[in-house]
Amino acid sequence: MGWKRKDLLGMQDLETSEIIDVLDTAVSMKEIASREIKKVPTLRGKTVVNLFYESSTRTRTSFEIAGKWLSADVINFSASGSSADKGESLLDTARNIEAMSPDVVVVRHKASGAPALLARHLRCGVVNAGDGAHEHPTQALLDLMTIREKKGHLEGLNVTIVGDVTHSRVARSNIFGMRKMGITVTVAGPPTLIPPQCQELGVKVSHRLEEAIASADVIMMLRLQHERMEGGFIPSIREYSRVWGLSLARLKPCRPDVLIMHPGPVNRGVELSPEVADSPFSVILDQVANGVAVRMAVLYLLAGSKSA
Amino acid sequence: MSAREKAQVLDETGLDRALTRIAHEIVEQAGGGEDVALVGIKTRGVTLAERIAAKIAAIEGTKPSVGALDITLYRDDLGLKAEQPIVRTTEIDFPIKGRTVVLVDDVLFTGRTIRAAMDALMDLGRPHIIRLAVLVDRGHRELPIRPDYIGKNLPTSRRETVAVLLREHDGVDRVVIQEE
Repeated sequence: MGWKRKDLLGMQDLETSEIIDVLDTAVSMKEIASREIKKVPTLRGKTVVNLFYESSTRTRTSFEIAGKWLSADVINFSASGSSADKGESLLDTARNIEAMSPDVVVVRHKASGAPALLARHLRCGVVNAGDGAHEHPTQALLDLMTIREKKGHLEGLNVTIVGDVTHSRVARSNIFGMRKMGITVTVAGPPTLIPPQCQELGVKVSHRLEEAIASADVIMMLRLQHERMEGGFIPSIREYSRVWGLSLARLKPCRPDVLIMHPGPVNRGVELSPEVADSPFSVILDQVANGVAVRMAVLYLLAGSKSA
Repeated sequence: MSAREKAQVLDETGLDRALTRIAHEIVEQAGGGEDVALVGIKTRGVTLAERIAAKIAAIEGTKPSVGALDITLYRDDLGLKAEQPIVRTTEIDFPIKGRTVVLVDDVLFTGRTIRAAMDALMDLGRPHIIRLAVLVDRGHRELPIRPDYIGKNLPTSRRETVAVLLREHDGVDRVVIQEE
């Protein structure tokens, strides 16, 4: 036991025992959210910088609350209206931020590998909050926490991930994390949105929704980004929704204790019907609550390790 | 642990007798009028708190509330250790506001754990009184903290460690002094 990493860059690098350490720490952190005074002094005097080159309200806010509940000073640095617009390179921006001695930098960037590049050049801890189509490890960790909380265990479960797997860092991080925890993963979606060599990640592939979700303990619906329409990956949003959207009727033959997850924000009526999103099967809001706990755990583990 | 055992300080009977005395002292000081709750500091303090609560129940007829406190998030040595300590969960499912809370720990040494425990407790509410019960007081205080109930006073050198072994965790009840 014991965390020794300077950075959290992806689920691919993590050992199973490290994943369990983060999840156990997050369970303890969740208790703080139930208190009247939601603050502990743990990271007093530590600085967390949110460096977001892609718009994100939910993830950034989640890291911000996580840092604040641990008493860290949290500074938000978004790309628009900042030096990035004026032509400063990623590394120059990062070096400038480092000159202000932060303890952890949380990065989101549209380029895969950007957080890894920063991690190599910065002395402080770096958390990947989503890089291109590569990884989004805190999302996978909060998903694992939510599944473990609801099902009591992870090993032996069947999880089906539905939608745009090709462009999804959420799917990639979850596949890596879930395989390590002994979960059987099936991916399902139109052939244009499933990577051709997907099986090499140790997942089953299905091109029929009914078949993919029939015996699933958990169905994870991915967000359909509207940009995919322009890329010609799907004929139309209506057609996608008709074939791949999850409705109550489609859920009928599924397990009675199935969990419906979604990383958010939900396109109601596209990947999920509103009735499903608001049904008792849906744990979408539990995912958001657990997101704060997981990020508290990650900030605690990284800010406390001796990096400098 | 590579430490060598130097001496046994308490055996099973001695340990039980110490806890019985602490239970009687708590009851006596509370005088039946105080609303006492026991809060153990994880991990062995919680076990000791449970045992003291059972003894109080045998004396008074009612069992006091027992809670568990994890002080990891309140430590003052964050980042000074090679590995980040694992955070465990605080489980205090009763209001502590206005109550007499007896903190229970196995060994009292520098006093830093108790400082952290008091801060953690204050964040959960405002107790009327906080008292401190320890099985072993080994000295070497670094903070102005003094226990109210002591199982055994044990003068030690800083090179020594005091190990409290409990049936629930270690299969045996005894307290020993070890040396590196």
